[in-house]
Amino acid sequence: MKWLLGIIAALCLNAGALAQELAPDVLIKNVTNEVLDIVRKDKEIQSGSTRKAIDLVDAKVLPHFNFTRMTQLAVARDWRQASPEQQKTLTAEFRTLLVRTYSKALTEYKNQTVDFKPFKMQPAETDVKVRTLINQPGAKPIDLDYYLEKQPNGWKVYDIEVGGVSLVTNYRSEFSTQVRQGGIDGLIATLQKKNKTGEATVPKK
Amino acid sequence: MAAARRSEVDGVENLLRRRVSLLPVLAVVALLLGGCATSGNPKDPIEGFNRAMFGVNEGLDKVIFKPVATGYDVVLPSPVKTGVANVFGNLDDAVIGVNNLLQGKGKDGFSDFGRVLLNSTVGIFGLFDVATQIGLEKHDEDFGQTFGRWGMGPGAYVYWPVFGSRTVRDSFGMFLDWYADPVVAVVHDVPARNSLIALRFISHRAQFLPADKVIEEAALDKYAYVRDGYLQRRRNVIYDGNPPREKEDF
Repeated sequence: MKWLLGIIAALCLNAGALAQELAPDVLIKNVTNEVLDIVRKDKEIQSGSTRKAIDLVDAKVLPHFNFTRMTQLAVARDWRQASPEQQKTLTAEFRTLLVRTYSKALTEYKNQTVDFKPFKMQPAETDVKVRTLINQPGAKPIDLDYYLEKQPNGWKVYDIEVGGVSLVTNYRSEFSTQVRQGGIDGLIATLQKKNKTGEATVPKK
Repeated sequence: MAAARRSEVDGVENLLRRRVSLLPVLAVVALLLGGCATSGNPKDPIEGFNRAMFGVNEGLDKVIFKPVATGYDVVLPSPVKTGVANVFGNLDDAVIGVNNLLQGKGKDGFSDFGRVLLNSTVGIFGLFDVATQIGLEKHDEDFGQTFGRWGMGPGAYVYWPVFGSRTVRDSFGMFLDWYADPVVAVVHDVPARNSLIALRFISHRAQFLPADKVIEEAALDKYAYVRDGYLQRRRNVIYDGNPPREKEDF
């Protein structure tokens, strides 16, 4: 029996390694399909259970996101004046905010379908954009684009654009106003206050 | 899911974009108030005025627009709502075609006219969007985008009562959009015209109900979130979805 376990273990490890090396477009496609399949079957999420949606996002989506990079992009030039400790706190709070937003969007899912646009990349590329299209009856389809960067542990999403609006850089001017008024700690306090409102909490990582 | 994330940019603010008789008066008011209300954002020099108008619209939306749109959304079956949206979308396509031609995009422009022809006939007055099904893609163009394409900069951000987010350039665009609006141009009976305009408004508003909740969840400061989303969105559509990446200096 031991050899069988050995083979299974080897296969699992292999699958893990393969998963990390998925091409960026395949990764986005797999995660999208997997998440939407779950949402389509889950009556609680459809009826607005943010709690449940957050669990889903936490398990399936978050491992593929680079939140440090996202926070850096949103905080922009003020990032350098933040201490490593502040950077860590900022990242944790911004992560919570993005996860809540993303989960809320999932609970609003109706019967949209997703098309994956043709994707081409050079083998050496480490920064790519994967384009998808959300179709909804009676309305113009919406572009949903993912920006990914190659990391040692696989491709990681660092920006999402909905109809050309970046969910990350859309915070830039707000964040910079906060920093101008109350410094980095002021921004952290505002994010913490925002994250305390609402019904659902996001598990800290 | 992402549909829900669609920015208000296209939605709440744009709803009544074509009805602009107040525009010149408001422009003067904006200029007067603008002088005394700045907060340092170079793209938003009349932020004080804009925030006040944003407050007015939020109030109107809460008391009138949103409840009516919610009722519309709940009461009507989905195919009816889609049909209504399609009929107005079909009328829009004609203006979109004109703008594509003005921007030198002949192929897209004639594709838009093809859409109108097909959807008005086979699609029964636009009720069914058969053109999309056979691969004639729907575009998104207006006069503000045409001006942008011609090289006009956006100018200051302006938040209009009822119409919502614009830039100075897009405010001029909105003015022309009004004259080009098929509903205004074709329907001369005023009560009928106004009913159609109201129906279109509610139909649009209903489509953006899911986005509301997501924006509430996302925004630290809803005014700034909507403003920045609008500015990003407009930049994106002027480049037809492929704007050059902005330089990052950090």
